[in-house]
Amino acid sequence: MYETNYHKAGSTAEAGDLISKSDDAKILGGGQTLLPTMKQRLAAPSDLVDVTGIPELQGISESGGGVSIGAATTHSEVASSDLVKQKLPGLAALASGIGDPAVRHMGTIGGSVANNDPAADYPAALVALGASVVTNKRELGAEDFFTGLFETALDEDEIVVSVNFPGAAASAYSKYPNPASRYAMAGVFVAKSSDGSVKVAVTGAGQDGVFRMGEMETALGGNWSPDAVAGIAPAADGLLSDLHGSAAYRSNLVTVMAKRAVAAAS
Amino acid sequence: MSKVSMVLNGKSVSADVEDRTLLVSFIREVRALTGTHVGCDTSQCGACVILVNGKAVKSCTMLAAQADGAEVVTVEGLASNGALHPVQAAFRENHGLQCGFCTPGMIMSAVDMINRYGAGNLDEDTIRHELEGNICRCTGYHNIVKSIKAASDQMAGMSQAAE
Repeated sequence: MYETNYHKAGSTAEAGDLISKSDDAKILGGGQTLLPTMKQRLAAPSDLVDVTGIPELQGISESGGGVSIGAATTHSEVASSDLVKQKLPGLAALASGIGDPAVRHMGTIGGSVANNDPAADYPAALVALGASVVTNKRELGAEDFFTGLFETALDEDEIVVSVNFPGAAASAYSKYPNPASRYAMAGVFVAKSSDGSVKVAVTGAGQDGVFRMGEMETALGGNWSPDAVAGIAPAADGLLSDLHGSAAYRSNLVTVMAKRAVAAAS
Repeated sequence: MSKVSMVLNGKSVSADVEDRTLLVSFIREVRALTGTHVGCDTSQCGACVILVNGKAVKSCTMLAAQADGAEVVTVEGLASNGALHPVQAAFRENHGLQCGFCTPGMIMSAVDMINRYGAGNLDEDTIRHELEGNICRCTGYHNIVKSIKAASDQMAGMSQAAE
């Protein structure tokens, strides 16, 4: 790892100030992606601004029938929260499957969404549940927030403060983890809102990161059962293809994961 | 350089270290506690697992500065008054190791697992699932799982006996 300067911010204002005064600062959450990237010298920020101690980034609370989760909340805290388990069981299950227990004790929801790894789990939940990302500057819908491969709508000095999830009548996530890295090779989050509308979001498979499966949404709107999506697969030409799996393989995985997710949510 | 202070195995310690110093380097090189191992150095293998504020973390994927003010326990901090921790004793009793390199991380993950689930509440499936982030390249998992199950059950017996 190249040299860097570590700062612990006490407020979003202080964090913003530290970032603007640095040559090339990065915001540090739990560090479970950023630190390995720095160790490989793929990133070399002049400064790290640790935001995990900022009071407004903490905690899980009920908000408008749904749940608001502070950006510094760890995956382990989301997975074990009684409120999340009760309101959005699919989200709690998703968090319990990220990385491994030690990674879940450090990694944060804010860090995960800000990084927007195409194989990360959270983006699928945010898009399918229609969540919004609250920053120190504004509130953005999930689909406007995730803009591409490792790309978000965040400005350099913009800090994710919390993620607001509306309630859902049913939600579930199913992923096919890479056997070595445990990252999703395809992960599908299905959500049915209280008005009956359905959203299906896919992670791990798309070349541009998370995407919605409109055809599956329509099918599930009429018939909420695994059979409804059994014959629907995304076109392989927009999917990732690498040594772990071809685009055609991932396309098939999306169908299988969607069926499993609907079965788990029924 | 920053001054980093923490309670390490019950003892207050502090040192001036470069900001990029990993917690595992602080423990091994600054504090000379070499029980915590660096296996893969890429957060996969879990040989470096320690407890920070009571929770298992990979100390190769955390800066010492992030642990400033924290309570840190390494494998050296488990035994008390010369008596092995029940998890350590169970690993010895059940031959829960082959070459021994992954053992400190396995033991710390086991302690964390028993803390979270409660002694006596671990079955084999759960233990295997929970060991997802700890790799044994000797593939000695069978006896590692047996050791953790034995420790969990024995600790449940101990807490019952104390009641």
